[in-house]
Amino acid sequence: MRFRVLKDKVAGGVMFSLTALSLLLVVVMGAGLYMKSAPIFDEHGLGELLFSSSWKPMRGEFGFLPFIAGTIWVTVIAVVIAVPISLLTAVFLVEYARPVTRKYVFPALDILAALPSVIYGVWGTLLIVPFISDWLAPRFVDFSTGYTMLAAGIVLGVMILPLLVSLFIEIITSVPGELREASISLGATRWQTTKSVVIRDVRPGLAAAVVLAVSRALGETIAVLMVCGNLPEIPRSLFSACYPIPALIANNYGEMLSLPSYEAALMFAALILFVVVLLFNLISRVILYRVEKNVA
Amino acid sequence: MKHLFPAISLPFEGRRPATAGKVIPLFRPDHKFERGEGESELVVENLNVHIKQQHILKEINLTIPDKKITCVIGPSGCGKSTLLKTFNRLVDSVEGVRVSGRVLLNGEDIVGSGGMEIINLRRKMGLISQKPCPLPMSIFDNVAYGCRVHGIRNWRKLRMIVRHYLEAAGLWEEVKERLNTPATRLSIGQQQRLCLARSLAVEPHFILADEATSALDPISSKTIEELFIKLKQHYSIVMVTHTLRQALRVADHVIFMYLGQVIETGPAEQVFNHPADKLTQKYLSGSFS
Amino acid sequence: MKLKFAEERLFKVLMIGATLAVFAFVGSIIYSILSKGWGAMSWDMITKLPGGGFYVGKEGGFLNAIVGSVYVVGASAALGLLVSIPVVFYLNVYLKRGSRFAYVARLAYDVLFGIPSIVYGAFGFTIMIYFGLKTSLLGGIIVITLLIIPIFIRSMDEVARQFPREILDAAYSLGATRLETIRVVLRQIAPGIATATLLSVGRAIGDAAGVMFTAGYTDSIPTSLSQPAATLPLAVFFQLSSPIKEVQDRAYAAALVLTLIVLVLSILGRYVTNRFSKHKLK
Repeated sequence: MRFRVLKDKVAGGVMFSLTALSLLLVVVMGAGLYMKSAPIFDEHGLGELLFSSSWKPMRGEFGFLPFIAGTIWVTVIAVVIAVPISLLTAVFLVEYARPVTRKYVFPALDILAALPSVIYGVWGTLLIVPFISDWLAPRFVDFSTGYTMLAAGIVLGVMILPLLVSLFIEIITSVPGELREASISLGATRWQTTKSVVIRDVRPGLAAAVVLAVSRALGETIAVLMVCGNLPEIPRSLFSACYPIPALIANNYGEMLSLPSYEAALMFAALILFVVVLLFNLISRVILYRVEKNVA
Repeated sequence: MKHLFPAISLPFEGRRPATAGKVIPLFRPDHKFERGEGESELVVENLNVHIKQQHILKEINLTIPDKKITCVIGPSGCGKSTLLKTFNRLVDSVEGVRVSGRVLLNGEDIVGSGGMEIINLRRKMGLISQKPCPLPMSIFDNVAYGCRVHGIRNWRKLRMIVRHYLEAAGLWEEVKERLNTPATRLSIGQQQRLCLARSLAVEPHFILADEATSALDPISSKTIEELFIKLKQHYSIVMVTHTLRQALRVADHVIFMYLGQVIETGPAEQVFNHPADKLTQKYLSGSFS
Repeated sequence: MKLKFAEERLFKVLMIGATLAVFAFVGSIIYSILSKGWGAMSWDMITKLPGGGFYVGKEGGFLNAIVGSVYVVGASAALGLLVSIPVVFYLNVYLKRGSRFAYVARLAYDVLFGIPSIVYGAFGFTIMIYFGLKTSLLGGIIVITLLIIPIFIRSMDEVARQFPREILDAAYSLGATRLETIRVVLRQIAPGIATATLLSVGRAIGDAAGVMFTAGYTDSIPTSLSQPAATLPLAVFFQLSSPIKEVQDRAYAAALVLTLIVLVLSILGRYVTNRFSKHKLK
């Protein structure tokens, strides 16, 4: 009989250690990346690494500015494209659409969420890149290959759409129905209610969702790599090539072993991503948990 | 022959001559069903329960008499359910709970117990919850679950136990043809009786019923009440109830609680007819609930 | 007064437009993959290994990548389940509602879930160097396992949290220990686990950045854990960057196969959820 209690306790111990170990992964990951990137700090200051735009690994110059600028620009374009579309879609689905409509939209979003990033890359090279080089770019600039910051932004925007829509829907449904009824009974239209009551009520949640989507966009690798052009320069316009950090890491993993400081530089790039994404995630999740709690 | 449930007059005699005349070897063959007087008596001394900052139960002192139906009455939120959950230590699974004082079962304190003691304690305290809560398995497995957990694997024995206690809960005739269907397909009244059979199958000393009839239709709740009245010959039954009339119908002993305190306790007749406390009088006359 | 109705109408049109845009995106992606991939598809593609001169347009297929992906993802999913089911059980049964540790743990898994796979890849690569491993099947499995665990835990936990507490209480009051409730809990959330597994596997099989560093690429099917393994996403990626049209076509065919696998997993996942849990709302 005592055996049962013992089994219960032992299993509890094992499960606790599994949980704790898997949680330690966050720490170990950060520490590992830091240790691997430490050599680069001996040679260069943090300011120089982050704000120099000269990237010549063979000469030992590691200025990350072009990559950081590329990452930020691509992410901004993606968010500018995705947020309005997803917010409108989410509002439509929650406030306006009939159940039948939802039955068709949800599977479509599911598919969008399930498609691997390399497929988005293929789609980008097949459709978006030619669209930009043949149709859009000639109207603004003399020549563009199509492998541009804009293409990367569009592909990335579509990739974060399903995440944003599902988060927005979750947040908007957390607004109690009484609030809507109160507003509508005062003579407001449905859109006015949505705009000034529903959305106002959940602004922190929506902001958190956007932050979360941004952190997802920051780390996206293959799809962006396939359409962004990969030139280590600070991008000058929407139609110039760019080179985000994840693409930098992915493109150079083979060569980096030959130069110790090169390897350290790439690990530093991974560390930047890790830290930024970690912070963004922490902030947005804590806010989202609060929103969730209000529902329950 | 010693019937386990003489009062229910199980239809054993006519239909199962093979077992007539000998005690059916049940859960534990050595088990003496006839417990001595006072063996299932619960004494609560200076019990305090805090959940986080809230003081849920304040200085509770009472005695739950042996083989009687004790009704705990009082307005909602007065701590009745917490009291029940203290008796079988289910309060343990609430975050931030602190229990002090003593709860004596046959002279043994259950507040400070741990490990195997808790498991045995919970077995002794059959819980019937407000909403019937069948486990997600078949009718048979629901009743057999407790026995299996406690190490009975013999299929024939399990079958006997299941049949016996389904009969005791007055459910056997209704379900004997479909023991392998999911328990969730039963009507809600049947589910509650199934939960009763399930609790009885681990041979408890107490039955703790937490508003066990409040989710049921009048006929089902009457069935449950009648079952309780029959079962009290062998079990001590503690009922938390919302409806005064139910308490009037079944109670032998009454505890009136208000805001985490025991206001009045005594035999049903005394409390209902000559309440000593002003608050009890008010509650019984229906000025608050 | 008129203005507010005009505004209402305008935004309704915009919303419908946005929703249609979602369909347009899905449609154009599926269409472009299908139309390009279908032409390049042949039986040889999925049943043959790359032959000599494969990369200059001669014959062969990408069976190596299909098998490699199945090896990596199958092993990772098995390992991942082995870790995540106990963790989910611990979080939901052993820990009490509202426990601080559970909160922190959930937060940490959400954060881990958000960490990009390229970082997992880079981290996995440093670990492999530390242990002296070369790019290999084992390396790929390790990284994808690390990647898949947070996905598993997050999605299963979502299901397990819906598990009614009363059922646990009922089992406890019959004298079951916490461990012994596992049968009851598993039975109840099994469909959820199945769906979570299918969806997570779908994510893992499409992940390229994680395996790029760690599993490597090869033309043959790996016969041991220490050999490199090809994977489908990388087959798409590498072959697409070739200038030769036949090789590019193979990339499209591989993309088609990958898309079909992921779609089937996703549809199966949805089917399991709908079929086995009646009251679950999306």
